[in-house]
Order: sequence, then C-alpha cells, then structure tokens
Amino acid sequence: MEKRLIKVTINGKLRELFVKSNDLLLNVLRNDLNLMGTKYGCGIGECGACTVLLDGQTVLACLILAVTVDGQEITTIEGMGDPVQLHPLQESFIEHGAVQCGFCTPGMLLAGEALLKENPNPSEEEIREYLRGNLCRCTGYAAIVKAIKSEAKSQSADPGTLSE
Amino acid sequence: METTVVGKGLPKFDAYTKAKGNIAYADDFSLPGMLYAKVLRSKYPAAKIISINTARAELLPGVHTVMTSKDVPHNNLRAKFGQSTDIGPNFEGLYRVLAEEKVRFLGEAIALVAADSEKIAEEALTLIDVIYEQLPGVFDPIEALKPDAYLVGDNDTNLVSQFKIRQGDVATAFESADVIVENTYRVPFKDHAFLEPEAGVAWVDENGIITIRVCTQVIEHFRTVAEVLGIPHNHVRVIGTWVGGGFGGKEDISVESFLALLAWKTKQPVKLTYTREESFLAHSKRHPFVMKYKTGATKDGMLVALEAELIADAGAYTYLSPWVLLYATVNAAGPYNIPHVKVDTVAVLTNNPFSSAYRGFGAVQPNFAYESQMDELARILDLDPLTIRLKNCLRQGDTLTTGADFGGSVAVQEVAEKAWQALGPKRADPGKHIKLGRGLAVGMMSYGRLTFLHDTSRSYIKLELDGSVLMRSGIPDLGAGQAQALVQIAAEELGVPLEKIKIFTSDTSLTPLAGTSTATRQLYMSGNATLKAAREVKERLIDKASVMLNADKTDLKFVNEKILRISEPDKYLALSAVIGQCSTDGDELYSEAQFNAPFTEVPVSDVITGQTFADFTFGAYAVEVAVDEETGAVNVERAVTCYDVGKAINPLNVEGQLEGGGVDSIGYALTENFEVEQGYLKSHSLAEYLLPTALDVPDIETILVESGAGIGPYGAKGIGEPACNAMAPAIINAIRDAVGVRITSLPATSEKVLFAMLSQN
Repeated sequence: MEKRLIKVTINGKLRELFVKSNDLLLNVLRNDLNLMGTKYGCGIGECGACTVLLDGQTVLACLILAVTVDGQEITTIEGMGDPVQLHPLQESFIEHGAVQCGFCTPGMLLAGEALLKENPNPSEEEIREYLRGNLCRCTGYAAIVKAIKSEAKSQSADPGTLSE
Repeated sequence: METTVVGKGLPKFDAYTKAKGNIAYADDFSLPGMLYAKVLRSKYPAAKIISINTARAELLPGVHTVMTSKDVPHNNLRAKFGQSTDIGPNFEGLYRVLAEEKVRFLGEAIALVAADSEKIAEEALTLIDVIYEQLPGVFDPIEALKPDAYLVGDNDTNLVSQFKIRQGDVATAFESADVIVENTYRVPFKDHAFLEPEAGVAWVDENGIITIRVCTQVIEHFRTVAEVLGIPHNHVRVIGTWVGGGFGGKEDISVESFLALLAWKTKQPVKLTYTREESFLAHSKRHPFVMKYKTGATKDGMLVALEAELIADAGAYTYLSPWVLLYATVNAAGPYNIPHVKVDTVAVLTNNPFSSAYRGFGAVQPNFAYESQMDELARILDLDPLTIRLKNCLRQGDTLTTGADFGGSVAVQEVAEKAWQALGPKRADPGKHIKLGRGLAVGMMSYGRLTFLHDTSRSYIKLELDGSVLMRSGIPDLGAGQAQALVQIAAEELGVPLEKIKIFTSDTSLTPLAGTSTATRQLYMSGNATLKAAREVKERLIDKASVMLNADKTDLKFVNEKILRISEPDKYLALSAVIGQCSTDGDELYSEAQFNAPFTEVPVSDVITGQTFADFTFGAYAVEVAVDEETGAVNVERAVTCYDVGKAINPLNVEGQLEGGGVDSIGYALTENFEVEQGYLKSHSLAEYLLPTALDVPDIETILVESGAGIGPYGAKGIGEPACNAMAPAIINAIRDAVGVRITSLPATSEKVLFAMLSQN
C-alpha cells in the first residue's frame, strides 16, 4: 500500500511521518514512534487505554487513522509534564493511590487533564461522567476520582500551578 | 508494636514510573530480529480433528515455522499449577499444550505460527487446513453428570472432583426448625477482563537458556515449560513483567509454552500478544455454580441446620477446579455457627470455556447463596439483617464446619455492625417510581494457599557499603502494591528511608522464588520471608554495634540510618559505619530467608475435615440501592465496607483493594454475564461484556479494623481476594428490600429485575 506524508506535532515536536492510509494512530505511535505509554486494551474503542489528546480533546488512538491527523497536535502520556518533572495531576494520582496496575493510567491521566481544561472545577458526578469511556479493573475508580477532584481544588486555589 | 513506615499510606514506588507511562509491560518490549506469533484456535466447542495440513501455510513467504501437537515434545502433562509439592492425582489436571485428536472448547489452541510480521502470521493461519468432524458435546454440568453423557475428555466420566462436609445430623435438625428457606442460586461465567491482554517475548540466550519475558501471576510455570520441551528446569528462565491486572486470569499458563516452542524451533526471538477477543477465548473464567440451599432456624432466629448442594461447571479442562471446589466446600456454610451442616459439591467437565482461578476462588459463589438465605430468613422472622447475623455469626473460639479451629481474630460481629451502622438513617424514596433499599452481607475467605500444598516463599536482602539496601524477590507485582509492601517492611526493620531501598522482582533465575501472586498469599508469605531476612541482617548489625558502642543489644534501636542507644540517644553510629565494620570483619551483609506456611496432609477422603487453610479474613458490605420500578434498572447509591485486615501495612493500598474488589463485585451483581450458548461465546468483546464504568458505581466507603491478629507480618491478614466477598449478596438483598423481589441468579440485569417485579404482581 502506498504511504503518505503527514506532518503532526507530537508532544510539542513537529514530526514528518510516512504512513499507510489504513495505519491506525495507535500502531503508528507504538510501533513507528516507540511511544509505548499509549496502550492497546481492546482495539475497538471500548476500554480507553489508548486515549490521547488531539488538539487538546480526548480521542481513542485505536479508532483513528493516522492520515486523518495531518496538521494536528497530539499529546500522549510521554508529553504530560516534562521528562524530569511530574505534571501535578500525575502527582495527585500517585498520592491518592489512583495507580494500581497502571495499564489504564495513561488514558485516565490524559482524560483527567482534558476534563480540567474544559471544566476547572468539576463535581464528582461530572468527573465520573467524563471518565465513563476509560475502564479501570483495579481501583474501583474511587481513588482516580479523588485524585482529579483534589487537583481541581489545588488549581482553583492557586492559579500559578495551572499546567502548561 | 509501634511502627514508623509500616502502617503508612505511602505512594508505592512503581506508581511514579506508571504515571509517566514508562513501565515496559510485556507487549512494550521488542528484540532485534524478532518474529511474531499467532495461534490457530478451534472453530467448534466439540469436534474430532480428522487432519491438520500446514503445507500451504509453511510455503507463505515470511513464515518461519508452523507447529502442531506432533511438534511438541511433551504435549500432555500432569500439571502441578505452580506448586512444588506432590499432591496426588486428585488435585492435578491435564495440561495439554495444543489440541490433539479432539477439541474440547471453542478457541482451544491447535497450531502455532511464527512469521516476520503479525500480518503474515495472521494470513498463515488462514492457510492451515483443519478438517473437523463435529461432535455433540455437552454444555450443562448437570447433563454432563448423567451416565450416558457425552465424554468431554479421555476419562470414562465427566466428574472432576467431589467433596463433602458432614457435621451433626441435618435430617433430624430440620424437623426441629421453625422456619426453613429453600432456594436454588445460579452464578454465571465471569471474565477477569484485566486491561492488559496476555503477551510475552521469548528468546534463546547466549548460553542456550530459553528466556520468556511475560506478564504472569506465576513465574514458576518455567518448570512446566521445561517439561513441555523435555529439558532441565534450569534451562528455562521466566522474567515476569509488571502485570497489567491479573485477578486470577494470569494464574494458569498462557503464552509461555507457545513462545518457548517457537523460539526453541526458530532460534529467533518471538513475540505473542493476544487481541482482546483472543484473550476472552484463551483464558479461564470464574466457575458458574448451581447452588441448592436449605437453611433452617428456630423462631427466635437461631440457625439449626444448613444443607447445600453445589455443582460447578469446570469447562473443558480441569485446571484449578478441584482447588476452587474445595474452597467452595469449606466456605459453603459461611461465617456462622450452625450445629448441623451437610455440604455436597461437585465439579464437572463440559465443552464450555474452562473455568479456573478468579479473585475470590470459590468463596464468592457460595457467599452469594448463604447471604441471600440469611436475608430471607430474617424477613420471614421479622428480624433486621444485622440482628440475624449477630445471633449466629462465628466468634473467637468457634470452629469451622470441618472441625478446624480459627486462630487469630474472628471479627464478624464487629465488621457487620460497623458497615451497617455507617449507612446511617434511611432516606425517603427520591421519586415515584424509584425505590430505595438496603442490604447487608458478610463474608469469609482464607488467605494463603491450601495448607496441604506446603507453601513456601523466599526473600533476599543485602546491605550496600553506603547504607543503601538491595532486595530480591520472585514476587510478581499485579498492581496491588505487592513489591511496595516488602520494601516498607525492610525500611521499617532497618531504619532506612524507602528511597534508599531498591527491589528486583520476578525472575526465576535471578531472584529467590517467592511463589505465586495468587491465593491472597504474597503479603502473608513473602512479607513474612522479608521480615525474617531483615531481622537476620539486623541481628548481625546489632551484634556489631553492641561491640562498637559497648552497649547491651537490647539497648539498641534502628532509626533514620543510625543505630542508637535507647538509654542514651546521643550515643549512636551511622548505619554505614556499622556496615563498614561488618564488611571489614568479613560478616555476611545479606540474608536469604524462607518462610514456610503451616503444613497439613493431602486429604485422603472426599469428606473434608480438619485444617485446610492457615487463617481467614472476615468482612462486610452494606449498600443502598435505587431500583427503577419502570425499567428494573438498579443503581448502587452507597456502599460501605468494613474488613478486619489485621494490620494495614499500607492503608492506601488496602483501601485500593477494597474499592477495586467491591466494584468488581458490582459488575458480578449487576452487569457482567459472560454468556455461552452451546459452547459458543455470546460475549466477544468489551462491547458485549459490560464492566462497571466510573459512572455506574458509587464511591466505596472503607472502614478498616486492625485486630493485629493475622498471621502475616505485624499481624496482617490478606485482603486481595476476600475484598470480592459480600458486595454481590448485599446488592441483591438491597433489591429485595427496595422492591420485594428475590433475585436468585446473577447478574441482576434490569430485564431480570423488571420481569421478577412483573411476575410478582
């Protein structure tokens, strides 16, 4: 199959990639770019383990053809915080025990970040609603919801800690 | 005992890397020149294999090998399922690597392919010609027990195993009962649905060792792989990765033998990762049970007799069915004092998916039945759910139905009271067609393996010259904080900060074997082994420091990387100075310790008596549900759980276990139905098999009781699996309270609840 050139900003870096028209974004991220933090959990958009941000919105990398993201901006878990420093939401997840096996964690964190950008002070119900596409089999969600809620609180208390 | 690190809800060290997305799970790892494997699976649940022709597949460019059962040196083994003790044929099962002669379930592995890419391997599967002759099969365990039933395996019966409990005389006792409740309960297959599908990479290293990097709960399967290949055990090395969820579903062997065979044949690295659909086909399920219960009580609510018949669907292969059935047998009467008990259990082969370990391991199914029975009795006798339980629950000094004593602490009363009272005053129904209801359930489950398995765990601790600590343990970490607990124990004993301790885990060649991360055993077993190792090292340091400080040994204490005199705290030595002196004097600065669980003999009779487990964990759930009378939809509004965990080594992780176990059981109670029709799956994906989402569940309120009376380190009990108890029956009892219907089969879907309400009116 013929390959096409796409230009995509991935985690702040402009990349030129040759992709086949049927390549899934998930496979391009994992296999071509070695960004292994984006997970395969089901391949049909049911589990949310492959959640990434496309121009700041959550999307499922297993349902998106790579050619369609030409000219857009993608954030994966590797782009959250910087290589040394944790993003405050990552810190909150760690402190609240929101990370167990860790397989849903990248998707949950990116979904949480997108939520807080859209709605800086969500209620518990709004958090649960926003996360309903991201499955977790370990935590029962309680710690994840608390971690997001606590980060929302500290952001509204101190605008200086707003991410990025 | 006062502790400074143990008992603190500290973030676990692996959470940092996981939050960065940097953990290399099994599928995230590759090697140069790696091939990709795929597995051909049976199209039918029951069929004779007339022929397998791999010629066309082998000719496809890019295909390196195609293997079938005839290429497997030892295709049929008596599997020991990770333990090293001889437990006799009644508790072992057949482990068949690839199907031969006949297939027993849909999705049974028939052939393996290794190719240059996944795509080529997939195409090769379509070029393998298998000619089947379909056989009738049998799909209902009760049918499968009939004398003329289709035979699933190679034996002359489909019966896998049977056990009995006999205490007193139930027939006479039922005559003296004022009320008797009889019901038949059913529970379905349940899939673990860990988010990380099975995956691994295998290669032959420079010394000819077959090395398998895989996500597993049981690295000890390296022995099985060696036996499949017919090579010495020490020629196979399993490196366990951080596991993306297990819940019992990664307890049986998965990709290991396939990968080893392909790497051994091709001499190239090979990767095999299952799709979600393949994962559903390939691994075990929680056993469906049909449970007939008859419970009798006096009019003042005292239990007099319980009779239970449990039939478990083992599916197509034995795997851990005898063990699961034994758990179900011992737990069948629940945490109650009942003078007369008769329990009969059987596990039966069918051509359904095979059943094996699932978090809760045979304790969870009867828990649903006996707690539903208690609720019905309470209603007939006009007692509240707490009162009937307090009248009958086990207390300190009581014995199990097998006659075994409970050691430790039996806190059924305390956990039931605390959970129920935490719900607080009742609220009014919110709307016309929404009815609120409340339910309570208690539960019991062992932690640690069956005592006749003679379980052991080893742990290694070494002090570095700069005062840092290196640990080694074969412990597979599934995400529950298994490794973190060991680090906290070492930090506590040695007075070293957590960040100065590094633990290396889960490698059969390089780390001391810690046994399986199953049976809620790791904190208990490896925690005790670590405690023993830490105290051995500590003893040597104390000996040395007492000389160096000219102090009595009992006057010394480890605090913040110092050894100081308790009587004169300003007289101290830096830990590194004592280590340095030990090194100079040639003293051992390491310890590898082994902890042995209590050992008992393998049961010789099917009537189970005496000790089968080392200790039990008791807990309770109290819930409030809202039932929509128009649709039958059930929403869990509130859920409070209380467990006696002995001692919370890390309360944050303990709460995580309770919350996760509780939500897993909300799925069991309300949505998760792994439907199988005549051996064919109706649940192919996570679109049909519905796990609870964040929106479907409440915040679980956790109350920890710390009796300090467990047999784990610092008096801890195990919590991983017991955490799945009690939630499902509490929900079902709450539905009964809300709308007056008794749901006797799980899950209580909205259709089921609605039809139950309609047929009642």
